[in-house]
Amino acid sequence: MTLTREPMFDDEPRGRLDSIGRRAAAFAAGVGRCASVTARSLASMPACALSGRRRRAFAQQLYATGVKSLPVITVVGFFTGMILGLQVGLALARFNQENLLGAAVMITLMREMAPFVTGLCLSACVGSAMAAELGTMTVNDEIAALEIMSVPPVKYLAAPRICSLAVMAPLLSFYACVLGVVGGGFVGAMQLNVDFRQYISSAIAMAEVKDLAVGLLKAALFGVIIGGVSCHQGFSAELGALGVGRAVQKSVIVSFLLILVAGYMVTRLAY
Amino acid sequence: MIRFDNVVKKLGGRAVLDGVTFSAPRGGVTAIVGPSGTGKSVTLKHIVGLLTPTSGTVEVDGVDVGAASGAELAAVRARTGYLFQGGALLGWLTVAENVELPLRECTRLGDGEISGRVEAALAAVELSDAADKFPAEISGGMVKRAGLARAIVRKSDIILYDEPTSGLDPVTALTINALVKRLNSRFGITSVVVTHDLQQALLFADRIVMLKGGKVAAQGTPLEFISSESRDVKDFLEAQLVAPGPEGLAAIKNSAAAARFEAERNRNT
Ligand SMILES: Nc1ncnc2c1ncn2[C@@H]1O[C@H](COP(=O)(O)OP(=O)(O)OP(=O)(O)O)[C@@H](O)[C@H]1O
Ligand SMILES: [Mg+2]
Repeated sequence: MTLTREPMFDDEPRGRLDSIGRRAAAFAAGVGRCASVTARSLASMPACALSGRRRRAFAQQLYATGVKSLPVITVVGFFTGMILGLQVGLALARFNQENLLGAAVMITLMREMAPFVTGLCLSACVGSAMAAELGTMTVNDEIAALEIMSVPPVKYLAAPRICSLAVMAPLLSFYACVLGVVGGGFVGAMQLNVDFRQYISSAIAMAEVKDLAVGLLKAALFGVIIGGVSCHQGFSAELGALGVGRAVQKSVIVSFLLILVAGYMVTRLAY
Repeated sequence: MIRFDNVVKKLGGRAVLDGVTFSAPRGGVTAIVGPSGTGKSVTLKHIVGLLTPTSGTVEVDGVDVGAASGAELAAVRARTGYLFQGGALLGWLTVAENVELPLRECTRLGDGEISGRVEAALAAVELSDAADKFPAEISGGMVKRAGLARAIVRKSDIILYDEPTSGLDPVTALTINALVKRLNSRFGITSVVVTHDLQQALLFADRIVMLKGGKVAAQGTPLEFISSESRDVKDFLEAQLVAPGPEGLAAIKNSAAAARFEAERNRNT
């Protein structure tokens, strides 16, 4: 499959119905291409990790993904924990159950909130940058140049990006979870008079391996979604700087929606 | 042999190519000239299947590129070098790394052989000094030449050049044109050169194809071309071959478009 694209239709639509049909066809083609880019990138994950030249690109992407989003995820993770701690703590305080605060914050974060906020941050910080970078390359004929030089753009550009997101998202989600728990404990100690040590031991006692596994799996899935959508949007950017802007916007919107839907599905299947 | 047969290409609801028929002989230099926006770059992209014709056929040595299978298309691309109009260098690689990319990624050459070829290609476009610079650090003309080095570094037998000399000073432009001609005569490389520079085309091309408004306005050998009776060709020739001195100045002064602009401006003030 070649990536270099041209408009699917080269004349004006003949009426309303035709225009709707065309949109549907373009949408289906987009979904197919996005899935194909993602699947082929994941299939070359071993090559990413093993072959010398690919490994360098992969390492660069891991670094870019991790470092670019770390400050944001630090703040977001901590504050998510604080908000959770405060809300849940206030509710628990009504029943004098503040000792359960640690467990409640931990479970919510691990199962749901940490992967979710990590996904949103990664989409905004990393996915958008990927879509912009690949979109600019598409518009400047760089993708076409790669294809002509027989360098497959998916393997060369998309694979390291998608794989690095798949690896980094669970790690960052774990990090967000830890920070969130600390943030919740901080609020508990400052505002609700929950002893921090007791908070932590309650949190650890309630944490199950399954919750951790589901949370990490979810984060990895979000990473793949963000990478796949952003690379696809980048490759599909239409002419001009305007086209790049639109690709970035679409990549963020579509990633957000898919993260929500996929998050629900995984929770539904796992619990 | 590259053959366009009645190619129509619609883009954005408009026929950018509207029945283009010409052929570029094997082992020859074919120049495509014509005003800006007539579909010269679009024509070039058809040769390697970056665009496919809405109707008509594009053949490269007997392969119908528009209908070719993935493997056939890959085979055509593998023996084609392509200089894009904007250079299309990868921003995170240095000039030398950009040039060696096609060799690194899809040949099994050793490091020594690769660096030898890269140095030779960079020397040919007079860029040896800029090998370690990044594309953002060099001028537009240098980006263009680096793209050219990348297009010729593989042992291709077809090379497509999209305005290899635009943005270059006359002396460097001459060097580049000589390089195109030399590659063609020494290695029998089939070359298609999109250019605005008619004077150079007349000197270096075996065949000239002039596009205008998505159609072939004229084609033939440089001699046939220069003696063409077509109004479009004459306009194009006259605009470029303006004589220096009072006559040339008069030609500039009497330019119809400039006169219209001046009139418009006077009216608005
Ligand atoms: N992907 C595309 N979608 C829509 N229109 C396009 C596309 N590519 C090219 N065009 C249109 O086709 C026309 C011809 O473009 P092309 O780039 O081939 O011109 P050109 O002859 O190379 O001009 P120049 O000498 O300025 O490079 C332009 O009007 C352009 O707007
Ligand atoms: Mg052009």
